[in-house]
Amino acid sequence: MITESKFQQTYNFGFIDESTKKEIRRKLLKAVAIPGYQVPYSSPEMPIARGWGTGGLHATLSLIGPEDIFKIIDQGSDASVNACNLRDFVKRMTNCRTTFDTAEATLIQTRHRKPEEILTDKQIIVFQVPQPEPLRSVERYEFKTRLMHAEADYAKMWVSLYESYVKFGAIMQGAGYPVRVNGRYIMTPSPIPRWDVPNLSMAPCLHVFSAGREKRLHCVPPFTKVEPLEFEDVKFHVEDFGAITCAASGGDKAFMDEIYESETSRKFVMNDSNFMDKVRSGTRPPQRLFTNPTV
Amino acid sequence: MNYQDSDNGWLLRVRNLTKIYGDPISNSIQYTGPAHGTNICPETDAIVACAEINFDLYPGEVLGVVGESGSGKSTLVQLLYFDQMATGGEVHFKAIDEGKTNIVTLSNQRKRQARSSLMGMVYQNPRDGLNFNFSAGGNIAEKLLMAGNFHVGRIRERASFLLEKTEVPVKRMDNTPATFSGGMQQRVQISKAIANNPPLLFLDEVTSGLDVSVQAKVLDLIRHLQRELGVSMIVVSHDLAVIRMLTDRTLVMKNGRIVESGLTDQILQDPQHPYTQLLVSSLL
Repeated sequence: MITESKFQQTYNFGFIDESTKKEIRRKLLKAVAIPGYQVPYSSPEMPIARGWGTGGLHATLSLIGPEDIFKIIDQGSDASVNACNLRDFVKRMTNCRTTFDTAEATLIQTRHRKPEEILTDKQIIVFQVPQPEPLRSVERYEFKTRLMHAEADYAKMWVSLYESYVKFGAIMQGAGYPVRVNGRYIMTPSPIPRWDVPNLSMAPCLHVFSAGREKRLHCVPPFTKVEPLEFEDVKFHVEDFGAITCAASGGDKAFMDEIYESETSRKFVMNDSNFMDKVRSGTRPPQRLFTNPTV
Repeated sequence: MNYQDSDNGWLLRVRNLTKIYGDPISNSIQYTGPAHGTNICPETDAIVACAEINFDLYPGEVLGVVGESGSGKSTLVQLLYFDQMATGGEVHFKAIDEGKTNIVTLSNQRKRQARSSLMGMVYQNPRDGLNFNFSAGGNIAEKLLMAGNFHVGRIRERASFLLEKTEVPVKRMDNTPATFSGGMQQRVQISKAIANNPPLLFLDEVTSGLDVSVQAKVLDLIRHLQRELGVSMIVVSHDLAVIRMLTDRTLVMKNGRIVESGLTDQILQDPQHPYTQLLVSSLL
C-alpha cells in the first residue's frame, strides 16, 4: 500500500520540480512587470487534465511556501467538487495549512469569482482561466491577436461591444468582461461576473491569471488601474440585485445565486460561501461596492 | 532644386515607388517593363509589380490610373494604403508630418492611424473592405472608433448621415452587408471610407462588378461627394468611361510602369504611347 509519507518522499514540495517552478516564477515576474500582457509559459503536465484548473495549480504551486495558508474556491464556494479535489491535492503535495476563511488565507486560488471581502497586500489571488485571449471572439488567428495587442489595435473589440449594444440595447458580456489594464493591454479577467470587475482596480492584492490549456499567464499587480471598456454614453454596469436578500443569511449587496426551489418559487443566496457564513454570524467583513452609473 | 522636387502645392508625392515579389537582382528592373513586354525578371523570376512610379497628387484632384489587368495599378494603391509593404521608394503625404516623412517607413501603428483617419479605400470586392460579421453601421463605427470616437449616440448619428448621403436606407443600418445588394454594399464601403472626412481616397475598380445602371449611380455619388468634400482621389480602373467621367489627370500603366501621363481629355483624344493608342482604340 502506498502511504501518505511515501508520496511526500516521491514528489517534490508542491509536486512541480524546482527548475520548472523557477521558470513559472520568472514568467510571473514578467507578467507583473507588464500588467495585462499574456506571457507564454511551460504549462507542465499535472495529474489532472488541462483546462480543469491546471493553470491555477501551476501558479499556486510555484508560489506556495510551507508557511502559506491556502484557500481555494470554485464559483464562490469552498465546498464544490473542483475546489475540494484541488485543495486535497495541494494539501498532500505541500502539507500547508488550508482554510475557508478569506481573511486568514495568504494564497487563494479561485475559479469564476473574486471574494467579496477586501483582500490585503499580504494576499495573492490566483484565477483559473479557460480563455486568456479577449480578442479571440473577434479574431481567431493567434498570430493576428498578438499583433493586435502589440500595436494596441483594439478597434474590432470595440466594434463587437457596439454591435452588442445595437442588437440588445446593452453590452451583453456577462462573464469575462474585457478590461484595459494600466491604460494599455486589453485583458480578459477570467470569467468572473461583472460584479467583481471593479474590484480588480487599485486593489492591494496581487492578481495572477493563469490558463493551463492555453499556456498563458497574466497579472494585475497591486494598485493597478483596471478599466472595463465602456462608451462615453453607454457605461459599464454590474449586475443589479436590487433589494434582493440572501435566503440563508438575510444579507444583501453581494453577488447572488438564484436557486429554483420548485416549479413556482425561487430564492437567492450569496454566492461567496465564506462571506455568507460571516454575514450569518453577524460579522460582515468590509466590502468594496460599485455604484452603477445612472446613465 | 529642380522642378521635380519643388513644392508646387502637392498633397501626395510619390517617387520611385517599387514593389517586387520574389527574389530581385540589381537588374530586375532593367530587364522588365513595357520595352521587354513583361514584368517577370528573366533571371530570378521575381515579379516586378510596379517600379519607377513617380507622380504628384494635388489637393482636390482626381487622378486616374488605367491599364490592363496585371499592369500594377491595384498594387500601386495597395502600397499607398499600406495593404502591402513597398520594396523601395518614397511616398510623402502632406497630412503626415507636413510631408517631411517617407510614409512607407512609418511604424505599423502610425500606418494604421493614417489609414483610419487620413485615408479611405474602396475595394472592387466589398468583402475586402467590409467585415461581413458586423452590421453596416458597425463597419462605419470601426473607422470612427479607430479615430478615437467612443460615443455610441454620435457614432450612430454619423453613420446614419453617411448612409443617407450614399443612399443606403438608414433602416438597414443594423443589418449585415451580406444581406445587401452589390450596389448597396459598394455604397456602404464608400460611407466607411469617407467616415472620418479623409483628405485622400483610393478607389480600386469600384464599379467593375456592378450592372450598368447601378454603375452610373455609384459614379454619380462619387463625383458628387468629391465636389462636396473636395477630397483628393486616386481612381483605378480598366474602364476608360469611368476614367473619363471621374478624373482630371490620368496615368497609363503597363507591365508595372507608367507609360504615359497627362490630362485625361488629352490622353483619351490624343494618346501618344502605342499602348495607350491601342487601349483607346479598343474602346467599344
